[in-house]
Amino acid sequence: MNVPTTPRHTATQAAADIRPGATPRELRCEGAWLLRSAAQTETRIEACLGALALPIEGELLIDAQAVTALDTSGAWLLHRMRRDLELGGRSVRFIGLRPEFDALLRLTAARTAQPAIAPPHAPGVLARFGSSAWEGLLGALGLLSFLGASAHALMRALKQPRRIRWRSILYNLQTAGVAALPITGLLSFLLGIVIAYQGAEQLRRVGANIYIADLVGLSMVRELSPLITAIIVAGRSGSAYAAQIGTMKVTEEIDALRTIGIGPLDLLVLPKVLALVIALPLLTVYTDIMGVLGGMVMARAQLDVGFATFIDRLDNAVSLTSFLIGIGKAPVFAVIIALVGCYQGFQVNGSAESVGRQTTVSVVQSIFLVILVDALFSIVFSWLKL
Amino acid sequence: MSAAANAAATTVPDEVIEIRDLNTRFGDAVVHRDVSLSVRRGDIFALVGGSGCGKSTLLREIIMLQQPVSGSIRVFGQEVIGLSDEQALPLRRRWGMMFERGALFSSLTVAENVAMVLREHTRLGAALIDEIAALKIALTGLPADAGSKYPSELSGGMRKRAALARALALDPELLFLDEPTAGLDPLSAAGIDELVHQLRDALGITIMMVTHDLDLLWRAADRVAVLGEERILGNGTMQELARSEHPIIREYFYGPRGRGAREQGTRVQGAGEQAWNRK
Repeated sequence: MNVPTTPRHTATQAAADIRPGATPRELRCEGAWLLRSAAQTETRIEACLGALALPIEGELLIDAQAVTALDTSGAWLLHRMRRDLELGGRSVRFIGLRPEFDALLRLTAARTAQPAIAPPHAPGVLARFGSSAWEGLLGALGLLSFLGASAHALMRALKQPRRIRWRSILYNLQTAGVAALPITGLLSFLLGIVIAYQGAEQLRRVGANIYIADLVGLSMVRELSPLITAIIVAGRSGSAYAAQIGTMKVTEEIDALRTIGIGPLDLLVLPKVLALVIALPLLTVYTDIMGVLGGMVMARAQLDVGFATFIDRLDNAVSLTSFLIGIGKAPVFAVIIALVGCYQGFQVNGSAESVGRQTTVSVVQSIFLVILVDALFSIVFSWLKL
Repeated sequence: MSAAANAAATTVPDEVIEIRDLNTRFGDAVVHRDVSLSVRRGDIFALVGGSGCGKSTLLREIIMLQQPVSGSIRVFGQEVIGLSDEQALPLRRRWGMMFERGALFSSLTVAENVAMVLREHTRLGAALIDEIAALKIALTGLPADAGSKYPSELSGGMRKRAALARALALDPELLFLDEPTAGLDPLSAAGIDELVHQLRDALGITIMMVTHDLDLLWRAADRVAVLGEERILGNGTMQELARSEHPIIREYFYGPRGRGAREQGTRVQGAGEQAWNRK
């Protein structure tokens, strides 16, 4: 078999060079035209051609007899040099090039005959502002239509309860609910301590120590514990939903589900939403208790308000309405977290980077929406004088 | 050939890859038992065998993605088993690998995928890097606008070509192809056959591929090794293997799909050589 061998990684070869030939119509190339020295070769070509006053027309000869090695980068430099020289109306001919190098050069010329496509024009500031505003609007509309589609899927599932995937709901209850108990409990306990500590100083000054139960009880049960629980769950479970669905999208598992005839909404979204709607209120009751417990511990240490006194006062301070308002917000937060997480998962478009981006967006967006909705609740409740 | 090149040729061994007594086990499952194999410079070498026979594992061991239990693998005369990443770097620059499913970086465009390798390992100017990347993409037969696309926007065949362009980025001396034609339409697959030949002839690349594609074997491979029952069952040209008496090799080449490819292949290959005659 006759295979050209180009021992390209040997130190003994002279570097590529180009110099004027015997006549003004001649150039001489020599040495190893290889990738590792391509940068120097490029400079050499520029220097050599710049220093020469080559005839504007007619035929130029490039003597390439002394070229000892050639790879694609070298072939590209030779080809580019010929192309540039021919721009001025000259014609260029290589002589003495080894057959295998000639084949490579011809391959390079043939494959790059088509004009290169110019890179797309970078948009201006206004265009970027406009397109990001438009994308934001589309995102909001997309989330809204996703909400509609999920509600529709829920209606269909309720009509045929056999289609509800109980096993999946239970699994999600376990991962999003039970597994979140330690972290949510700890954080709300600490939050209770912080609030009691901050309030204690003020209350002691006016001698209203017992109102520590009002302060901790009301603020935790009505506002903080639903909020902190929702935020932790958004970070824990909402991001997991986005990453899971996003990765399934990259690996075409979502398409496979559709092809098999299983609605991705039925299998992936509804169980998560339903599980979270059950889990989040329960978690909130638990964090209510833990938060108040934290406040109680602090009240006894700082204000000498005993546990029994605290609980007696709590009974008067926190009405059933306040408790229910706090718990009632949780399912709404749950729907927001689960839907935003799943929706962002479906927005993934094929790259690994996009999975990361949509996961981040899902957490930021769901926390933002949770706080926004919480504020809206406050306004509505103050109108209703609750 | 010049004196310098001659001197170089004597220091570079003729065997680009040399495997001796290689043993691989996953837990209790034996994958390779005393496998020995060598690939000569400038050859297009194909490794074939049934699914799960350890072809890809062998390939991954050669390129240091996996460690065998015992044995020796020498690439360019250097032992690769037990090499640290730092020691392996000079070797890794001398070979290119095309993964079966492309393994393109999904957050980069095709051109950026190729350019990234050049940027990492050379000190070329940005413009030259872009030009060389565009050339590599053009060499694999992709249209010019493919360079600005993301891998997820390409068809399977185009993704494969893009992966080949990235494997060729550093002008490797040794090219590994894992199932280069799997999942391609016959026309694209034929394009790959031709491309493999052109690369070898124009660049003097040694190519080692793992494949199931009998057409590719007949058209492109100089030497073929059949892996099965944890060993090398046969090693030689396609003509030699086709005469083998080993039942697994016979089944492989004389199965319903083998016959057509062989007839096609002999028509292509046998033009200048003696016609293959069935015994």
